[in-house]
Amino acid sequence: MDQIVSNISLLFEFPVVNLKILIDGLMIGALFALAAYGLALVWGVMNVKNLAQGDFVIAGGYVAWWLAGLGLPPLLGVPAAFIVMWGIGWVCYKLVISRVIERDLFTSLLATFGLAIMIAQILNLLFGSDTQSIKLPYDTIYLADGFIDIPIAKLIGVCMAAVLATGVIIFMKRSRMGQAIRATAQDARAARVMGIDTEKVYAFTFSLNSAICGAAGAIIVMVWLIQPFYGITYAIRSFVIVTAAGLGNLPGVIAAGLGIGALEQYGAHIFGIGYQQAIAVLLLLLVLVIRLIQQRRKRQSLQ
Amino acid sequence: MKLSTAIASCLSGAALLASGWASVANASDCEPLRLGAAISLTGKYATNGIHAKNGYEFAIKKIDEAGGVNIGDKCYNFDVTYYDDESKGDRGATLAERLINQDKIQYMLGPYSSGLTKAIAPVTEKYKIPMVEAEGASRSLFNKGYKYLFAVLSTSEQYLASAVALAAEKAEEAGKDPSSVKIAVAVENDPFSLDIRAGVLEDAAKFGMKAVIDEKLPRDLSDMSAILTKVKLLKPDLLIVSGHSKGAATAVRQIGEMRINVPMIAITHCEAADVTGKFGDTANDILCSTQWAETLSYEDELFGSAANYETEFKSAYPEYGDKKVPYQTAQASAAVYVFADAFERAGTLDKEAVRDAIAATDLQTFYGAIKFSEAGNNIAKPMVLRQIQNGAYNVVAPSKFASHELNWPREAQ
Repeated sequence: MDQIVSNISLLFEFPVVNLKILIDGLMIGALFALAAYGLALVWGVMNVKNLAQGDFVIAGGYVAWWLAGLGLPPLLGVPAAFIVMWGIGWVCYKLVISRVIERDLFTSLLATFGLAIMIAQILNLLFGSDTQSIKLPYDTIYLADGFIDIPIAKLIGVCMAAVLATGVIIFMKRSRMGQAIRATAQDARAARVMGIDTEKVYAFTFSLNSAICGAAGAIIVMVWLIQPFYGITYAIRSFVIVTAAGLGNLPGVIAAGLGIGALEQYGAHIFGIGYQQAIAVLLLLLVLVIRLIQQRRKRQSLQ
Repeated sequence: MKLSTAIASCLSGAALLASGWASVANASDCEPLRLGAAISLTGKYATNGIHAKNGYEFAIKKIDEAGGVNIGDKCYNFDVTYYDDESKGDRGATLAERLINQDKIQYMLGPYSSGLTKAIAPVTEKYKIPMVEAEGASRSLFNKGYKYLFAVLSTSEQYLASAVALAAEKAEEAGKDPSSVKIAVAVENDPFSLDIRAGVLEDAAKFGMKAVIDEKLPRDLSDMSAILTKVKLLKPDLLIVSGHSKGAATAVRQIGEMRINVPMIAITHCEAADVTGKFGDTANDILCSTQWAETLSYEDELFGSAANYETEFKSAYPEYGDKKVPYQTAQASAAVYVFADAFERAGTLDKEAVRDAIAATDLQTFYGAIKFSEAGNNIAKPMVLRQIQNGAYNVVAPSKFASHELNWPREAQ
């Protein structure tokens, strides 16, 4: 308790720390948002809740790390991971997801959970359980008497995340495939009647999600570090964000991602870093309760 | 003349070959002596689990080459049945039951990590199976009154405690009272790291030092900037971080990025995280605790000196070529050596006699002296602190084995 009080008083004693926490939080939040964005896509279009989301992120990180080890410039690892993970996502879709998509919720949860375990163990067998990261040869910008540090690598990572997110939003709005995906999300049967090949849309959506995750992972390996079993961290955050923002609300997902990043950093500062994940889960609970109260106000008939 | 030397060398070569054959033949004449081990070959401890397994196998090979284990007038070779515990405690306990009940194993080698050892020890204890373990350092293993558990390594509360004494020494040299030293502690929330924390805080209390930061790291740590920001604000004189390799990697990376300027930083698992290889100069002047270093002046008859162990192990396992041989491997080999020594002294395969012989162990090894307390932990070997100096690990404490001077205070890199 003393520690909590003294931690809060530190925030007031050194106001610049608030800015530092906020910047750190927004940076990590941007990457949470990216993974959540893919989850919202798959959830909204296919009604599959992908528990392997975090493991796709980590797999993308390993692709980038592996290629960097072979001599590829680290920044190119992001597009490379995007492409490789697109392929892996497509294979996963054809092998597993396409078979459970019409089934009930429980089957698809189990299938993606299995996928998550498989990916983590395969990464472990291929690359070992050590933590890995790529060190970029860039400097760090120091502001406010050295209190705020912004590694240029992090800045580049966040910019890449922003570019990717904008790209996907434009793609969904403008392109023919984007329209088909949105149509399928609204009503798959009607879309089929109108001549949309929903099977192709599903495969595309799942691959796109996997590719987005892969790119997020490639950024994470440059900025933080990865380990085969870190997937769950990103999976939990993705679920919290999507639940908070709702499906089909992409700006909401981004806002929620940034928000959760910042709140977690504050929580870690005040209650200790050990409670960082607990704070994410607490937020999920809070969001669910609020949602429930909101829903109650609506008149609904039994179906 | 030339011909005769050629013949002579041929003959001596043949003789060498023959003696080589003879010793191999000897060794294969020996009966197998079965040991069991549940060890992490997959899961989060896989890297270190495999290090430990390699250590076991290397020692077994060395003992085999030296003529096996002589018990009475018969000779034996160790033959280990391994199972993969997937880095999970419940799995480890099940596999221990299986080794004992189905495979009829009478002697066990330990798993990797304190957590797994904690899961398996009650099982071996129940069946009165002697277990010599090399990878479980938590002191909570040695306050349960276990009679059949023996550990060759130093217990974990000693890992970084010597850094506290070192900080006190430096404060005195600078003309300050040791009690003015401020400590920041960030450790993972697992039995091993919590022991380290306890050891550090106990020693700090002896000097009257104050812990200004005392936090637990989450299991899936990849960002500790929240703690390091506080370090910047509160300016401790000693920063302690322990969170296995991910803790070491995260700490060193972010200490560099955030230009954390603490006079003394002590962490665990530097080698496992390869902090010098991954982060270069950033890792300089950081203190790393280790159970063993190949530069120490320990030696024995089987493995030779610590340095010799390193060379021979590397030639047997070329994949370690450009890395340091981790202490996890060395202590695993030492555990096998303890078994061999105890069997020979007991002179029988009787479980109880072997258990008593292990308890009476008083052995000088390449890994350090081994002598067990009543509780089963090794009390004869000190922990070593090494400082990363220009990318090299140099022993700086305890002073008896120190090869280099401590760089203090640490400059921000």
